[in-house]
Order: sequence, then structure tokens, then C-alpha cells
Amino acid sequence: MNSWRHATDTQRRDVSLAFLTLLLVGLVTLEFPGFAAPRNLASVLDDTSILIMLALGQMLVILVRGVDLSVAANLALCGMLAASFNRAFPGAGVWPVLLLSLSAGAMLGAFNGLLVWKLRLPPIVVTLGTMSVYRGVIYLLSRGAWVNENEMSAAFVAFTRARLLGLSTLSWLAIACAVAAVLLMRRSRLARNLYAAGGNPEAAAYSGIDVGRMQFIAYVVCGAIAGLCGYLWVARFAVAYTDIALGFELQVIAACLIGGVAITGGVGSALGVVLGCLFLGVIRSSLPLVGVSAFWQMFINGLVILAAVLLGARQRRHTRSILETKA
Amino acid sequence: MQAPLLRLTGIRKSFGGVRALAGVDLELRRGSITALLGENGAGKSTLVKILTGVHQPDGGTVELDERAIRIPTPTAARDLGIGVVHQECLVFDQLTVAENLFVNAHPARRGLVDWRGLQARASAALRELGADFGANTPVGSLSIAQKHVVQIARALVNESRVLILDEPTASLSQRECAELFRIARKLRDAGRALLFITHKFDEIFELADRYAVFRDGASVGEGSLDSTNREALIRLMVGRPVEQLFPKQEARIGPELLRVEGLGRSGQFEDIGFSLRRGEILGIYGLVGAGRTELAQVLFGVERADRGRISGSADIALVPEDRQGQGSILPFSIAANIALPNLRALAPRGWLRRRREQELAQHWIQALGIKAQGPSQAVQSLSGGNQQKVVIAKWLARKPAVLILDEPTKGIDVGAKAAVHAVTSEFAAAGNAVILISSELPEILAMSDRVLVMRRGRLTGEFPRAGATRENLLRAASDA
Repeated sequence: MNSWRHATDTQRRDVSLAFLTLLLVGLVTLEFPGFAAPRNLASVLDDTSILIMLALGQMLVILVRGVDLSVAANLALCGMLAASFNRAFPGAGVWPVLLLSLSAGAMLGAFNGLLVWKLRLPPIVVTLGTMSVYRGVIYLLSRGAWVNENEMSAAFVAFTRARLLGLSTLSWLAIACAVAAVLLMRRSRLARNLYAAGGNPEAAAYSGIDVGRMQFIAYVVCGAIAGLCGYLWVARFAVAYTDIALGFELQVIAACLIGGVAITGGVGSALGVVLGCLFLGVIRSSLPLVGVSAFWQMFINGLVILAAVLLGARQRRHTRSILETKA
Repeated sequence: MQAPLLRLTGIRKSFGGVRALAGVDLELRRGSITALLGENGAGKSTLVKILTGVHQPDGGTVELDERAIRIPTPTAARDLGIGVVHQECLVFDQLTVAENLFVNAHPARRGLVDWRGLQARASAALRELGADFGANTPVGSLSIAQKHVVQIARALVNESRVLILDEPTASLSQRECAELFRIARKLRDAGRALLFITHKFDEIFELADRYAVFRDGASVGEGSLDSTNREALIRLMVGRPVEQLFPKQEARIGPELLRVEGLGRSGQFEDIGFSLRRGEILGIYGLVGAGRTELAQVLFGVERADRGRISGSADIALVPEDRQGQGSILPFSIAANIALPNLRALAPRGWLRRRREQELAQHWIQALGIKAQGPSQAVQSLSGGNQQKVVIAKWLARKPAVLILDEPTKGIDVGAKAAVHAVTSEFAAAGNAVILISSELPEILAMSDRVLVMRRGRLTGEFPRAGATRENLLRAASDA
């Protein structure tokens, strides 16, 4: 227990969240023994993969005191681009599609980032605007029409569903992103500078960090991930239309907050975010089992966020009172 | 004689049409601490920003080791060996001490941060300074004084040869100051050149050996501190002799206005009792963290006491220590700020009378000599001293019987200070009462009719004006 006392707030939070997630899995399994079966857990991970990737991108933006409300719209637009490209060049294979969605997403992210960096507009306003703009562009591009599975090439659809060691490509991508994020957030200079820029922008500027550029980079990476997820989403559900992933940005932000990312910037860990996503994923897949309607899911998401914020606030008060008695 | 380590000649800088520096000269020598003096707006901050690469000068030369240099970015300043301890404690609360020292300069191996090397170097720097906290401590849990040490350690790991201390003592207690000075002397003796910016004359004579004075963006004097004195320095800063720094009017002490008995609030202060009478200025002296601010908040009613009684029917007003955060609404105009506690008078039946609001503001701008273009100027565009006058005006306009001033002259310049003291004294002489909380001994000694001393949340001394001396106040306030 000594190591528990020496752990940082973030570490404690991560452990609690992991414990809570396992507890939830355990409780559901008591009632429905099939829930903890490897096959089912693999499908829960598959269902949560896109959320994990998006949340890791969103984390970067929130760390530097921004927010990206346009991720879901970005995803939908890049998904539509990928599907349209595939319809036009069905024989081109998956790689050009991956490249296209990734770079299109990065450009949409860069547009957000430039507005925030160069024009110094508030992130919430910028991305609220581009959220609608990007959705609007999908409509203009598709004229409201759907791209259905019969218009997609076999390779296009098969990519996300291929399995290796029992896990889907989608799951492996999410795992790769998570591992890379955990390593890079801890050990790359760029990421450490992101923490600094979000933690105290003024001090960061005096340390020679260009805070605006940090924000720009965060938006580009977040956008690129959203673009990639656009293709993955469209291929997985085998349909592209204007309204896919409508409102999904809120789940992504929620996952970040549950995972311990501070909305005020500068605090958060990749591990925490992944755990936050898994927690939401387990809730989402167990609700239908225990007979709770999907409509309750939003309500429960909300409760979890409020609980997480409340716990965070209590923790802060706690640490402060320790300091005051010491002084 | 050896050439100075850093020499600035004819540095000029304008922002828009406003000239901040009109050609200043400054020399920093190895193994020497130079005090930089000047009223707010004299150009000290601009100079610091030029030396740290935040701003570029419009003209003039900067020489380091007799070679002309340019400081295009903060990174360049760091690489040249110029470090700074910022007044506002520019540190990263969420990061550990170790990482704070190396932000944007993380030692890396194969592109990845070398945490072990970083830890080791940070610990070594902290040891060298004799710091009482470890490299893994989150900076957010440190005191302001410790955060200053973190900034000094940062300069140390960057191998800074020039260290700028920008008003580092503004919110430090006596003991913390002593600790900071010990470190500063150590760095001086190691041959570094230090620039020490402060408003407190005692500290200048205690720590520095040379001085430089700026006035209105120009150098007006420099030399050895041995050959000058406090009055001469003030004359240089202000450009005229300041007749009386603490103009205290004699007041007749009248009947009791306020009585406090056995007042306590858990973890903050205990067993506080005193009475306050008409015409009186009651000084409360103590170190930072003695519970003075908390007591003021309870007297004013922002916080509740756990124990004890406050009796008396006086209206109480509080001018808080944090004038920007708690005392005013910065983006609002002077008129709107003064109107805030007076809305009932200005807005009978719920409608705000704009004319009356403007007249009220105009009256106080004149009465307190607030330097502003007019009542509609935003408070954030005023200097610190004038902001403080606005905060005082908004409460005086309510005509309270008791005015609590919490560190009313912290960080404001000599002229504004004298004005604040004059208003305070006049207010008390008119038959009201003042509680003056201050960490500045000369201010307490000169202004108070009676002084209470607090230490660790308790009253440890009460001295009438005649019996209050520097020595017995300090003794009552410190643990020794």
C-alpha cells in the first residue's frame, strides 16, 4: 500500500478506473456468463476501437487548452471521401484509401488549427463552426445520397474485419495507437512540450515553446486520426452518408474526461484515456444485456462524467487542505 | 578593472506609439548583484522582456562578454546563459520539479526523453541550492517561495551566467526572503551576475552592491550602493523629493466601533480578540500565512467563523490583497467598478442611472487622483497603483465606518503608495476606523495607532504606537 501513497493522482485514477471497469465486467458476467468470454470481449474491444483512437487525438487538443467539436464531422466527411474514391477507383486497393482519409483528415484538422493559432479564435467557436461546415460539405459532395455496401469493393470492406490472433484489424489499430500514445506522451519532447503549453501557456512561451504551434500540431494529429477513422467507420458499417457518427464528438470528449484529462488543459494521460474508453465501451455493450434501453446510455454516460468531475474536484480540495495545515 | 559581463547601451523600445524605453544603459558585473529601481511604468519589465528574448529592441546594443549579441527568442536567451525568476512564478504546476527545470530542453536519447538523466541533474541542482523538496514533487504542491527556488534551479541547470530576479520577494515571508537571499549570495560568490528588481529599499541595501535607476524609460543614475542612501534613490526614482512617504494625520480616538471576541476558524486562526475605535488605524502585522487575510475575510463576511463573536453595527468594507482577482472586474470601466457595491444607491427601482454612475466615478477620480482618461476607461488598462485606487474608491463610495485594507500598497509605486496612505489617514481622521494588514514594517510602523501581531493564526503581541518598534514586531511575528 506504500506505493499507493506515493503514486501520483493520475496513477491512482488510472488504477481506480481499471478496477472499476473490471468490476463492471465481473458483475455483468455473474448474471451473463458469456460476457467475459474472449470472443465477446474481443467484440467489445472492436466496438470501442474507433472511440479509443479518436479520444487519443482529442486528448492532445484538450491538453493544450483546446477542444475539437468537429471530429465526428471530420470523420464523416473523410468517410464519404474514402467511399466515393473507392466507388470511382474500385481496383485501387486499400492503401490509397488509407492515405487519402488520413491526409484529408489532417487538412481539416490543420484548418481548425490555423484558425486557432493564427487568428487566435477560441477553439470551441472555431470547431463549432467547422463542425457544421464539414457536415455541409458532405451533403454538397454526396447531394444527400448514400454510398452502400454494393458500391464498395470487397477489399475496402474486408480490411477492418480481417482477423489476427482473434482480434480485428480495427482492434489492432487501436492497440497500436494506444501503445504508441502511451510511449510518446511520456517520452517524446514534443508531447512534454504539449503538456507544458497547456499547463501554463505563459511560462511555456518564456521557455521558448510556441504555444500556438503546439495547438496547431494537436489539431492536425487529431484531424488525421479522425480522417483515418472516417474510412474505418464507413468500411465497418459498410455505408456512408451525411449523418454518420452524428454527435459522436460528445462521446469522445466524455471518454477523455472520464479518463482524467482536465478540460482546463495540461493534465491527462494516454493510459487514462484508453481506460476511459474501455469503461464506456463495457457500459455500452452490457446495457442491452441487462435489459436497459439504449436511450438510458446517454443518461448513464452523463452520470459517469459528473461523477468523474466530482471526484476530481474532491481530490483537489483534499490536497489543498493538506497544504494549508502544513503552512 | 574587468569589463562587465553584460552591457546594455542606448536600448530603445516602443509599443505602437507608446515609448517604453527611450535609451537605457545598464551594466551587470561578474560576482555582483545590481538592484534595478524605478516606479511602475519606468520600463523595468520591458527591459526584462528584451533580455529574455520576448521583445526585440528598436535600437541600442546588448553586449555579453564584450561581444554584441542578439536575443531573438527565449530559447536564445537560455542558450546565451540568461535566466530569469519571474515575479508571477512562471512554472508548470502540473509537472514535477525535475521536469520544470528542463521544459523544452529535455535531455533525450535516441529522440526519447531520458528521464533518469533528467532526474539526476535536477536532484544535483536542488542539492546545490539546498532546497528542502525533492525532484519528484509536483510543483503545484510547493509554496511560492519554493517555486522561486525552482526557477532559480532552472537557471542553474541552464548554466545561466546572468540571473534576473524580477520582484521575487513580493509575496514571501521574512524567513523565505532570507533563504532566497542566501541562494542569491551563493550564486553571486560563484561569479554570476545578478539583476535584482524590487520595490523594497531594505532588501536593496541588504542584498545588492550596485544600483541602477530608471525613470520614464531612461537611465537616471547608477553606481555603488555604498555611496548613496534611501532618500537619494527615491529622489532619483520619482524625480522630485517625496516630502513624506507616510503622511499620517493625528486623529482623535473615539468610542468603540467594533469588538471581536474569541474568534476562530479551524486551521486558519484561533482565539482572536480586539476592539476597534473611531479615528483609529489598527495595524495587523505578521508573516505570510499567519492568518491575517483569513481573519479579514471573516470580519468582512466572505467566510464564516467557527467560533467567537463579532459585535458592533458598523458597515465594513474590505480592499482585498488580490486587487485584480478579487478587488475589481478588470475588463469593466472605472465607473462600472466603482458602481458595483453602490448599485442600490445608483439604481433606485432597479434602473441604473448612467449619469449618476459617471458623476460618482468622476468625483473619486479627482478625489484620489486616479490617472485615467475618464470614467469609462477599462480598469485593466490602468497601472497597478491606479487600479488599487479604484478598488479603494469603490468601497469609500459606500461610506463604510470600518475599512479593512489587506496589503494595500503591495507592488505599487512610491507615488501611488503615498496617495493611498494619505487617503487612509484622512478616512480615519474623519471619525471612521481602519484595519491595516501589511507585511511591510515601515508601513505598519508609520501608519498605525496600535499594532496587533499575528503568528500562525494567533495574536502574539499588541503594541501602542509609541511602543511599536521594528524589533519587537519582528520578534512577536517570527518563531524564534
